[in-house]
Amino acid sequence: MADRITLVMNLNGEERSVQVHPFARLLDVLREDLRLTGTKEGCGEGECGACTVLVDGQVVNSCLVPAIQVQGAEVITVEGLARGGELSPLQAAFVAHNGAQCGFCTPGMLVAATDLLHRCPHPTDDEVRDGLAGNLCRCTGYSKILDAVQTVANGGSSK
Amino acid sequence: MIGASAHRKEGRAKVMGTAIYTDDKFVPNALHGVTVRSQVPRGILKGIHFGEGIPWAEFTIVTAADIPGKNLVASVVHDQPFLVGIGEAITHMEQPILLLAHPDRHLAEKARLAVSLEVEELPAILDIQASLDLEQVIYGTHNLLKEIRIQKGDPATVWERAAHVIEGEYFTGAQEQMYLETNAMVAVVEEKDAQTWVTVWGSLQCPYYVHGALKQLFGLPEERVRVVAMEMGGAFGGKEDYPSVNGGHAALLAWKSGRPVKLIYDREEDLACTTKRHPSRSRLKTAFDAEGMLLALETDFVLDGGAYATMSPVVLSRGAIHAAGLYRCPHVKVHARAVATNTPPPGAFRGFGAPQSLFAMERHMDVCARKLGLDPVELRRKNFLRMGDTMATGQVIREDLDLGGLMDRALAEIGYHDKRAAHAITNQGEGPIKRGLGFSVFMHGCGFTGSGESYLASVAGVEGLADGTVSILAASTEMGQGKNTVFSQIVAEALKVPFDMVDVAEVDTDRVPNSGPTVASRSTMMVGRILEDAAIGFKQALVQQGFLQEPYTADAFRAAVARAVESLGSVKCYGQYHRPPNIIWNDSTYQGDAYPTYSWACYAAEVAVDLDTYEVKVEDFVAVQEVGRVVNPRLAAGQVEGGVAQGIGWGLWEEVTTKQGRMINNQMTNYIIPTSADLPRIKVVFLENAHPAGPGGAKGIGELPMDGPAPALVNALEAALGPLRLDEVPMTPERLMARCEEVANG
Amino acid sequence: MRGFLPDCDIRVPGSLAEALGLLSAEPGVWTPFAGGTDLMVVYNAGRLKATRFLDLSRLAELRGIAEEGASLAFGSLTSFSEIREHRAVHQHFPNLVKSARATGALAIQNRGTLGGNIVNASPAADTPPSLLAYGAELELVSLRGRRRVAYDRFHLGYKQMDLAPDELVARILVPMPEGRSFHYFRKVGTRQAQAISKVCLAAHARVADGCVAELRIGLGSVAPAPVRARNAEAALIGKPVAELPLLAARAALLGDMSPIDDIRASAHYRSVVTQNVLGHMLRELASV
Ligand SMILES: Cc1cc2nc3c(=O)[nH]c(=O)nc-3n(C[C@H](O)[C@H](O)[C@H](O)COP(=O)(O)OP(=O)(O)OC[C@H]3O[C@@H](n4cnc5c(N)ncnc54)[C@H](O)[C@@H]3O)c2cc1C
Ligand code: FES
Ligand code: FES
Repeated sequence: MADRITLVMNLNGEERSVQVHPFARLLDVLREDLRLTGTKEGCGEGECGACTVLVDGQVVNSCLVPAIQVQGAEVITVEGLARGGELSPLQAAFVAHNGAQCGFCTPGMLVAATDLLHRCPHPTDDEVRDGLAGNLCRCTGYSKILDAVQTVANGGSSK
Repeated sequence: MIGASAHRKEGRAKVMGTAIYTDDKFVPNALHGVTVRSQVPRGILKGIHFGEGIPWAEFTIVTAADIPGKNLVASVVHDQPFLVGIGEAITHMEQPILLLAHPDRHLAEKARLAVSLEVEELPAILDIQASLDLEQVIYGTHNLLKEIRIQKGDPATVWERAAHVIEGEYFTGAQEQMYLETNAMVAVVEEKDAQTWVTVWGSLQCPYYVHGALKQLFGLPEERVRVVAMEMGGAFGGKEDYPSVNGGHAALLAWKSGRPVKLIYDREEDLACTTKRHPSRSRLKTAFDAEGMLLALETDFVLDGGAYATMSPVVLSRGAIHAAGLYRCPHVKVHARAVATNTPPPGAFRGFGAPQSLFAMERHMDVCARKLGLDPVELRRKNFLRMGDTMATGQVIREDLDLGGLMDRALAEIGYHDKRAAHAITNQGEGPIKRGLGFSVFMHGCGFTGSGESYLASVAGVEGLADGTVSILAASTEMGQGKNTVFSQIVAEALKVPFDMVDVAEVDTDRVPNSGPTVASRSTMMVGRILEDAAIGFKQALVQQGFLQEPYTADAFRAAVARAVESLGSVKCYGQYHRPPNIIWNDSTYQGDAYPTYSWACYAAEVAVDLDTYEVKVEDFVAVQEVGRVVNPRLAAGQVEGGVAQGIGWGLWEEVTTKQGRMINNQMTNYIIPTSADLPRIKVVFLENAHPAGPGGAKGIGELPMDGPAPALVNALEAALGPLRLDEVPMTPERLMARCEEVANG
Repeated sequence: MRGFLPDCDIRVPGSLAEALGLLSAEPGVWTPFAGGTDLMVVYNAGRLKATRFLDLSRLAELRGIAEEGASLAFGSLTSFSEIREHRAVHQHFPNLVKSARATGALAIQNRGTLGGNIVNASPAADTPPSLLAYGAELELVSLRGRRRVAYDRFHLGYKQMDLAPDELVARILVPMPEGRSFHYFRKVGTRQAQAISKVCLAAHARVADGCVAELRIGLGSVAPAPVRARNAEAALIGKPVAELPLLAARAALLGDMSPIDDIRASAHYRSVVTQNVLGHMLRELASV
């Protein structure tokens, strides 16, 4: 039995601290302790990517990260993508292109896509596929997601 | 407005992460529910034991003996218990036996494992053949959940005189919906004025199904049960019938504990326990004349229906009606059966029986073409249905169908003839990569089968709000397909007001009428039509009562609605489904207009097979369809792309592996759905042809795209590799290798 | 989520010495925890026996990729993403880059480590065949000191390793090939990304005077642990690349494998496809 720790992180640009079990999953800390429910659980096995968040600028599956490993880290979730109520270009493109159907993969997909365009501002379709391969979507067949990402990256779709 | 790609109504909330799905709902003081399930496929429950080391006194425990009303899930047939009682029959693995709830979810999970069940095991029936052979009688007298016969003419008179008689046997596997959001429910039960009030919020397609199930479970009148549909993370049929079960479970725990209960399945439980697509076996026998004209067709279509009837009768019905495909044929006999097995009941999944029977038919057409020495394109072209032809149920084609033109368009889009010629050369090479092109031509009946819509008599309405905007009242749910948006477009068009002046009301049975379940590709066409009527009625009422004058501007309309609401308190107008006079169906003979109309399509696929690894890559995919008027092209294309992706998965990779009827690959890592790296961009083409049944001429689109990919892909595999026994989906690499070895080994 | 959180504990040692001290004081009690991409999956499924973890992720001593003599030394915490991005790795060990690229998807590659991949000891892991093909060596560390083990002697059976309970994998040393050589890596998964291998084959060869002078082949998913294909290697070494004895090599390969049926593939599939992939590899070798 472990003592709770005071977890301090920079979450979506704000310093947050919260008392948690050190082995609690980051996903549960976000959803339950901090009530940021944008990040979703689709599998709990690292497979679906619905729980994707950025930790120190890298995409991770928050269902596989124990709280203690993000002590002092910078964490960005889907809730941190829009600034002052204004959608990020990717968010706006997902709306315009129907990149979100049921929307359950969308938070993780957007975080992964944000990271992708950060690393690779003008990707080919194959680079987008590679960057988003860890984010499963059962609704779209991915075409409209590719369209949305390519609109932001290359001003339209590219093959 | 109709025909415009309006943005998704709830799109902004979805991309911001603020849309509230069931498990996102903050419920103070909630207990966490878990379900204890059987670990044998068949037996008699003798006892339940609670192990050591768990503070059982802190738990809420619900067994069958606690159930206040009927222990049967209200469905097409009422045969499935919510929980198995002591002395009662366990009929499949993972069957719910009892329910536990505790404030600490970790402890709830630990307690689940500490319960042991004492069971007297019985021999089980685990597949179609064992069930048909009556190795054990597990359901009724003949293990039959449902049997349907459709006959037109008499094939028996044809076999002798036909130039060619060709038989084939085809199999399709179970398929998991794999919605990204697992099944989830929140329940609250209150005792007020010495009466019980049940409320359930959940991830569910059909609020009034759950409503009906809860009424029966608790023995309550209508008004004391309330069901609210939360934002839903996909469903595809998987949340059509199952929510009646887990919704009931959540409510039972809430009722017994007096506290709110969250019942959220994890992925492993969801995969192992909830419904899937029915596995099938089809035996086809066809007769052709010397020119390749289809003379007779007989099909024996069997579905594995699992331990209870649940949705099987209606899934079977749609499968049976689609079994003869879209060919004119004077003599047709369809014998369809859903048989019982000791496996978790399958249920609804996009396509609803049609993908199974159409796989067999469209695969068989290619097999026949090869045996007849005809091009599969030409064999189909000769035999397509045309205006004035009758289908197997006697339904007369009243539209000016041009299936040949539809097929040619798809083949042109994919470059069929040029690519085939090129493949013929490249496939001669030494390399391991072989390419092939295949296609399928198929239809999907829109709306409920037969008299389903008449029985339902769906109601939907529009309501004016104080701010002058209009709200849509319908129990149809948004699962990503775009219902919120499409309904708003239809109503905005009917009212001649801007799209943003219309929105949908929360789907809450206390507020919205029963517009029927959100299934069968019926929402746009059926409910949309009712809404169109309701909207026109609403406008006329405003005019008649002097609030509004035609013609009007958007601002005038808004002001009129606001005035009407202010002076009348509430302004609503409802519409109801009316059977069009020319649509007639007989349930006992299976004759008549099975569907008010059909969507038609031709899908073509190009595959590359690597004979070193038997991996199949889908290099190109074209989906051409005629679905009447397309209300929202971008949403509609999204439906097709998503459906095709699921169809490709079913055709090539998605295999449910079972042991004693239980899914054993019940993790996302072991049940393989396509990633973004596995799919080509899907080319989607809509050929428009306004049909009067739907609003502005719209037909159904949700399920159609599931029907075509599997046969197109397997036909493409045969084109790449030559004649092989390609009779089954998924055609996994292992299966493909085995089929190639059959040929190599003679 | 089925793991029982209240029973769990995780410690963050401040230094390697502190970590080793804990491991040696209570051997077998503390389970090293690196990226967690294997451990957390098993924990979430409620199937993890271990409950007390030692977080290695902050130990600088276990990080980094550096040249050391004729080898490139990888700290055991090296992530797949670091492998993907490192210039020297691209230059000398293209198979390792391909292995890393083929592992899970990006989020897994950011967190999963080389050390974890090795010690998790899955027969289906994707870097081990490449490490075997390159003749890697492991440096193990404990309070008792450091020792080196040739990687092809490290796996002793299914999830059994030459690793004591008080030891950690500190570094992975891979000798840099001299001159031009032939590199081959192929993973056959169930789909193009986020897939567990059904078959995996990595090879590294040096050709001299038109003959195969050196060759190592590593196999995944066809034995209880990653294995060298020593029989197939023997059948090929010394043979002219223009006339490689394909059939003999395929036959020899059978002696290197002991595949099983499982949820992901049949033994028969694994066996046939590994042979076919060997054939593909030899065709490529012949054409360089
Ligand atoms: C969705 C998903 C996809 C995956 N796909 C692949 C794939 O395609 N190919 C593949 O090979 N793997 C795959 N994996 C498995 C996993 O990512 C790798 O095995 C990874 O390398 C494990 O590293 P880790 O640091 O995360 O290990 P951890 O989970 O932290 O540890 C794994 C094991 O190694 C031990 N360990 C870790 N570091 C050390 C050390 N320095 N010394 C001693 N013991 C140590 C731990 O005690 C534990 O037993 C996948 C995993 C997931 C969740
Ligand atoms: S929930 Fe974390 S990857 Fe699926
Ligand atoms: S939009 Fe539903 S899973 Fe992607």
